[in-house]
Amino acid sequence: MNPLSIAQTIQDKFPKEVKEIVEFRKQVSVIIQRDRAKEILAFLYFNKDFNFDYLVDLCGVDYMGQKKPRFEVVYNLFSMKHRHFFRVRVEVDEDTQDAPDNLSVDTVTDIWRGADWHERECFDLFGIRFKGHPDLRRILMPEDWEGYPLRKDYPLKSDLGDMEWQEYKDLIEFSEKAKQYEVR
Amino acid sequence: MSNIHSAIETETQELQLTEIEQGIKIIPGVNALIAAFDKIVNWSRYSSLWPMTFGLACCGIEMMTTGSSHYDLDRFGIIFRGSPRQADCLIIAGTVTKKMAPIVRRVYDQMPEPRYVIAMGSCACTGNIYDTYSTVLGVDKFLPVDVFIPGCPPRPEAFMHGLIKLQEKIASENFKWSKWR
Ligand code: SF4
Repeated sequence: MNPLSIAQTIQDKFPKEVKEIVEFRKQVSVIIQRDRAKEILAFLYFNKDFNFDYLVDLCGVDYMGQKKPRFEVVYNLFSMKHRHFFRVRVEVDEDTQDAPDNLSVDTVTDIWRGADWHERECFDLFGIRFKGHPDLRRILMPEDWEGYPLRKDYPLKSDLGDMEWQEYKDLIEFSEKAKQYEVR
Repeated sequence: MSNIHSAIETETQELQLTEIEQGIKIIPGVNALIAAFDKIVNWSRYSSLWPMTFGLACCGIEMMTTGSSHYDLDRFGIIFRGSPRQADCLIIAGTVTKKMAPIVRRVYDQMPEPRYVIAMGSCACTGNIYDTYSTVLGVDKFLPVDVFIPGCPPRPEAFMHGLIKLQEKIASENFKWSKWR
């Protein structure tokens, strides 16, 4: 199916939630609001004409200083049966004092089981929480790591200063002490 | 040392001492070697250098290539071991992340002395281009490194050159066998 007509169908069905249809070099994506995102994704999965049974990738984007809802979660979908691609972008904003639960999306692990680790990675590197996820832990960074490294306000260099991982700091200290026992 | 040699040579005039390695002589017929103890110890050490493999990234592939029959590390007496308890030197081949660093250090601590460390590749030497939150900028931050081999990755020739440099270093050691060091 033509991706533009898929986008059109979604817009017709969920006129309030679809914020924008973006086309760039023949790649079409829809930007949708967070609250009914899961419903729209389930619709894409279960509708016979779309049948997006494969979640190719799920990733996060940080638009710090470029856009107002700062984060986006991007779902890249593919249908094995109809062989068409589609992209859904869900806008997520930062946590604030009055809305402490802003930075979260509903999990899609019950639609696509493969989303499990993708969501964990997205949580690990951006801090986006996935509500209802069966096991939301860090997946790449050590479990006691502080901060979310792929955010734009995270230090760029290896020297993290005070934010350095405690175990690494201990290691450097230990190897300084161990130096005196080395046979050189 | 030459004094000892000449003393023995004057006493046993008819014996012909054959030099099998610089500073190591053999007395034919009696199965005896004459050398400084340092020499013998170092000789046996550098002739059977068993490295612990620690391939962490793309450099590990180059290390395996060097071990293959085309380049053949066995001819230097270098045979890869899978256990730190049996290893003499630790070859760190690849990018060391902060999460991996404590494990590298633990493997090093498990190795019996004497032990040596080779940092293979730009990543292990300096962190390479990966000056990011997750990468250690050079394993010398937490390990005493003997030989640095630059390159991304170093060619097998360069890697072998580094190993030979380490052998030369071991050959020039003094008194590294005593309890009272
Ligand atoms: S030095 Fe180059 S080849 Fe070696 S691990 Fe680093 S990036 Fe890979």
